[in-house]
Amino acid sequence: MQFNNFPLSPPRASNFAQEYDAIFYALVGLTAFFTLVVGVAVIFFAIRYKKGTRADRSRPMYENLFLELTWTIVPLVIGLVMFYFGTSLYVKMRTPPKNATEVFVIGKQWMWHVQHGNGVRENNTLHVPVGVPIKLTMISQDVLHAFYIPAFRVQEHVVPGRYTQLWFTPTEIGEYHLFCNMYCGTQHSEMGGKVVVMSQKEFASWLSEGGQSSAPLSMEQAGAKIYNKVGCNNCHGAEDTLRAPSLYGIYNKRRTFADGTSLIADEEYMRSSILRPYDHITSGYGQTMPIYEGQVTEEDVLNLVAYIKVLGTPTAPSPTSNVNRKSASATALGTNDATSLATNAVQANTDDPDASPTRRAGSPAVGAVAAEGRNR
Amino acid sequence: MSSPAITKGELKNQPQNEEVNYLNVEHTISSWLLTGDHKRIAMLYLVSASFFFFLGSIAAGLIRFELTSPAGVVLESETYNKIFSAHGIIMIFQFLVPAIPAILGNFLLPLMIGARDLAFPRLNLASWYMFMVGGALILIGMIGGGVDTGWTFYTPYSSMYSNTQVTLVLVGIFISGFSSITTGINFVATIHKMRAPGMTWFRLPLFVWAMYSTSLLMILGTPVVAITLLLVVFERLFKLPIFSPELGGDPVLFQHLFWFYSHPAVYIMILPAFGIISELIANFSRKRIFGYHFVAFSSIAIAGLGFLVWGHHMFISSQSMYESIVFSLISFLVAVPSAIKIFNWTTTMYKGNIRLQSPMIYAIGFLGIFTVGGLTGLFLGGTGTDVHLTATYFVVAHFHYVMVGGTLLGFLGGLHYWWPKMTGRLYNDGIAKVNAVIVFIGFNLTFFPQFILGWMGMPRRYHYYYFAPEFQAYHIMSTLGSSVLGFGLILPAFYLTMSLINGKKSGPNPWGAHGLEWETASPPPTSNFLETPIVLDEVYDFDPVSEHEQDMKDLDKWESTTDHQSFPTEDHH
Amino acid sequence: MSAISNPMDHGHDHGHEPGLHHQYEDMAQQSETYIVGMWTFLVSEVMFFGALFLIYTLYRWNYQLDFYIAHEHLDVKLGAINTTVLLFSSFTMVMAVQSAQLKNRLKVMGYLAVTVLCACTFLVIKYFEYKSKFADHLYPGAGFADDAVKAFGNHALENGHVAVNMNHAQLFYGLYFGMTGLHALHIIVGIGVIISLIRLWFNRANTVIHDYVPTEMVGLYWHFVDLVWIFLFPLFYLMPLPR
Ligand code: HEA
Ligand code: HEA
Ligand code: HEC
Ligand code: CUA
Ligand SMILES: [Cu+2]
Repeated sequence: MQFNNFPLSPPRASNFAQEYDAIFYALVGLTAFFTLVVGVAVIFFAIRYKKGTRADRSRPMYENLFLELTWTIVPLVIGLVMFYFGTSLYVKMRTPPKNATEVFVIGKQWMWHVQHGNGVRENNTLHVPVGVPIKLTMISQDVLHAFYIPAFRVQEHVVPGRYTQLWFTPTEIGEYHLFCNMYCGTQHSEMGGKVVVMSQKEFASWLSEGGQSSAPLSMEQAGAKIYNKVGCNNCHGAEDTLRAPSLYGIYNKRRTFADGTSLIADEEYMRSSILRPYDHITSGYGQTMPIYEGQVTEEDVLNLVAYIKVLGTPTAPSPTSNVNRKSASATALGTNDATSLATNAVQANTDDPDASPTRRAGSPAVGAVAAEGRNR
Repeated sequence: MSSPAITKGELKNQPQNEEVNYLNVEHTISSWLLTGDHKRIAMLYLVSASFFFFLGSIAAGLIRFELTSPAGVVLESETYNKIFSAHGIIMIFQFLVPAIPAILGNFLLPLMIGARDLAFPRLNLASWYMFMVGGALILIGMIGGGVDTGWTFYTPYSSMYSNTQVTLVLVGIFISGFSSITTGINFVATIHKMRAPGMTWFRLPLFVWAMYSTSLLMILGTPVVAITLLLVVFERLFKLPIFSPELGGDPVLFQHLFWFYSHPAVYIMILPAFGIISELIANFSRKRIFGYHFVAFSSIAIAGLGFLVWGHHMFISSQSMYESIVFSLISFLVAVPSAIKIFNWTTTMYKGNIRLQSPMIYAIGFLGIFTVGGLTGLFLGGTGTDVHLTATYFVVAHFHYVMVGGTLLGFLGGLHYWWPKMTGRLYNDGIAKVNAVIVFIGFNLTFFPQFILGWMGMPRRYHYYYFAPEFQAYHIMSTLGSSVLGFGLILPAFYLTMSLINGKKSGPNPWGAHGLEWETASPPPTSNFLETPIVLDEVYDFDPVSEHEQDMKDLDKWESTTDHQSFPTEDHH
Repeated sequence: MSAISNPMDHGHDHGHEPGLHHQYEDMAQQSETYIVGMWTFLVSEVMFFGALFLIYTLYRWNYQLDFYIAHEHLDVKLGAINTTVLLFSSFTMVMAVQSAQLKNRLKVMGYLAVTVLCACTFLVIKYFEYKSKFADHLYPGAGFADDAVKAFGNHALENGHVAVNMNHAQLFYGLYFGMTGLHALHIIVGIGVIISLIRLWFNRANTVIHDYVPTEMVGLYWHFVDLVWIFLFPLFYLMPLPR
């Protein structure tokens, strides 16, 4: 037990922490100030004007426009100032820098599944290098979750059916809590783990060693495999054809549509083009592409998107080449029946040896836990 | 001192036969269960809502007990989830939303405006039955399998994944919601059309203004959440694809619709308490409330703006950045009318002639606690600051500060204040004062540590935190505090009940207060007033100066006697 | 605040004005209160349907084409007939209220009866509409997609591919049944209320014959139900082809 241990603030380990804490403590100060003003005034009046005290009660006032305006305008102005600082921080949090390293996150009941760009996968743990901006692109396979790293002061919901993003630059080497902070069912409180911030050198070697789990396929390679397997290559070739537009090099290009609107082909756009092609019909084409919603898993889509992003560049695996390396993850690429996702996720959770710290049976005794905490 | 007019009113409105009042006109059970009398219906609500509060409190006790250890104490995760859901659902839908409007509002509204009853007495009774049927369904659901979605019922978990009794409980809340709507309709019609002659809008006690704004919120907000919850039921039963992304629906849409009601709902909970605090501060400071018009209109402003801020519960839910910013801005605006109220109440006490009796102690506690609770709401209303704090114990602490420290304390203050009116009996004010202090201390001990917990990142709705044992010390503090608080919440049940048995008779106006409700007998006769009152004076027509002079004379007398028993000291008839 | 008693007040017994409830001072106050209450109720009804209309708008906006294709399977003719029937019932309701003001008891009962008849006609037509949708399995739930493709026939297919997203079509029918169903429920309640009103008139009950307000209130409710349909009809049956 740690009764002598009353920590008063979470670690500060990201680029946001400094600014966040400044605003937070300013608000604490403000709260203390107004509480004191009200508290002291009320207690003072209660004593001073208590029935029977010989205080001056002459000429009592019941209405005073000047006072009313004062305490309308002062809180208003203070409020607007607070609004300004809060919002400017928020805008920063919502605008990832262009050069951020991408990491992909899938949430499912009750585990986090993380994929680094080169295909290294990990569960319930996120390894990141210090000092490098990281952008997480996240999606859920079942219910809502939230990816929350208190030490970084960042958090975002992980929603089924759409990508959400989160970014930060870790500033301190160490291990930090990772929580699921959106109630998601029975084991919500155990859907978490840690974020490990490493030096850049260490991280590089960790990554090249394949992280904790073996990583036979990079995301692009896995994407190429599906691309051929489900037959995207039947229509999409290296050049635009009558059948379908070419996907080579479309990433981050502006696409115009039959209805005259246009969009930048970002990840979200590509995902929706695969799952619901008719939301945006590329100009010059009709409704010929099959709807892949329900046909491919979110993981497939992530890989497909990763693959399309590099199509046409030298690093891309060729669309028709056979991918030889056998992989443990290949089984994960099969299609998933949407309604059985929940049960699958549970199984994945218990089957997966990496799914720490989900230790359901026999949760450890308090003492052991506390000891573990001290070692950290 | 007492204005001569009161005496006049009393003479007219005292029943010839002192004994006949709404409580003892009839004694059969059916005379209670089929009554149209707003006072009896209020008593029915008092008993039933207290029962629900008791159930919700037991759940709270279990939550606190379980969280003393990082790996849980006795419960399974699934059970823990069902318990905090039960706690939230019962406390909000079956206790706090109806508490003040349906108990004190029901009882006092007609009395305060000089009406014989609410506009639609049978609708009023029907609304109690809807409340009970809804509550029964909720309880059946909770006993027969429980519900593990939290009180927010976020989709798609509630609609597609949870395999607990969500349907039954949602139907219960749906029905119970209609009791809220009908109460609102009843109040609006009553306030508009049933005021006694001379009772102009600006002579209305501020409690009535608060009831009016609350009713608007109930009428406009509740139907939306009702239909939304119904759609979740349909999605569960018929796979109607509204909120489930697998079927083309939008999971976040649910949150918009839910908070469109549930943010205004928090004002449904706090505005009535504001109303009570206005009455208490004015009457115990023996002074007209400072800035009456501002206090009255700030209730309406809160009700109006309250409909435009729901998105502040969704800053990180993937709604667009610009939406979040707009919602945040309006959240800061809605704080202004609350600020106006706080400062006006404080100023009312200036140069008052303050009686520190138990209701006033609750009111003073309210002022401090609500200020903290409201200001911490601004941490959450700021987009950037909310990102880290959302769904942590900081939020839990915030809303208990406003709901328990605000509304519940206000309710207790109001209950103590009008208890003599409702029952005709005096309770022991000494114990009540001590109890108010116990509640204040216990409350802060329970919930202040939770602010720190949340700031450090402890997520809410967590059964285990063995991976973060540094949270434990604060949890233990909180649990200790909750046993103090629990004691303070149980005690009134005893001394108030005792007062029914051996309490002194209170007389019509034990506090020497102003307001039409004090001008009829305690307990009031069935038709409230024997003769319809005509209102000639302004509201809160106290005169602290001359009253003070009277007090000074009394004081000299009092100091020369040995009997310092002083409840009620206020009436000088 | 002080009060003196009202010299005009007769104390406790208010039984002398037929139809006056004990909590009111006089008939004028009672009527005004009823009307305020009724309007407040209608406002809450607006919010009730409002949420559904909002959801409809959102999804229609997002899935224009799918909704268009799905809507082609609704029967515009039946919908139009039903609209006319309801509009006519609104007219008879107006006449009933006017007759109530003129205290023409037989006319009131006649007009109300016609209104009920119209309402029943509406429900019967609605029943046949629902029935054909059910026959084609156009209600949400497992198996919707396969059967819906058959029902949609050529509309659904383009170049051999399924051109409509079945999930969205299902959403359309979900909303269709949800919203028209809730509306139908209001019609059924309305029928019950009107019939009991007829009974009151038939029995020469004090509550209605001395005071036209109860009749007018039923009228208000009925017009509201009508109005909802006036929105539902174009939204579901008359969709323009999206660009
Ligand atoms: C009685 C209920 C009640 C009341 C009155 C309030 C009042 C306020 N609440 Fe609270 N709130 C809840 C009940 C309530 N809340 C509940 C139940 C939840 C959680 C729901 C859930 O997720 O389960 C919640 C959650 C919640 C959130 C979402 C947090 C999250 O999940 O991320 C936010 C965010 O903006 C918020 C903001 C506010 C604000 C700005 C006010 C304002 O109205 C407060 C205004 C008051 C003051 C500001 C104090 C008085 C003013 C002064 C003394 C003057 C000084 C003022 C200035 C300088 C401006 N609340
Ligand atoms: C009116 C509203 C209301 C009221 C009065 C309360 C009262 C209390 N609440 Fe409640 N609370 C909510 C509304 C309310 N709560 C809501 C809406 C939620 C969110 C639910 C959700 O997430 O969906 C919530 C959630 C919530 C949590 C978070 C659970 C979680 O996220 O995991 C906690 C934790 O401490 C808590 C504690 C308490 C306590 C200690 C009290 C105390 O005030 C109660 C005091 C009473 C007692 C302590 C009981 C009396 C004593 C006994 C029965 C003996 C046993 C006592 C002990 C062993 C200590 N509440
Ligand atoms: C039957 C032919 C066909 C198949 C098979 C097909 N597509 Fe397409 N695709 C099209 C056509 C035609 C378009 C242009 C019309 C449109 O935007 O819907 C298109 C558009 C796209 C776009 C948007 C490109 C742009 O120009 O904006 C993407 C991304 C895409 N397809 C990805 C895929 C992927 C990934 C697969 C396999 C999983 C696939 N497609 C399978 C025919 C096909
Ligand atoms: Cu995932 Cu909570
Ligand atoms: Cu809110």
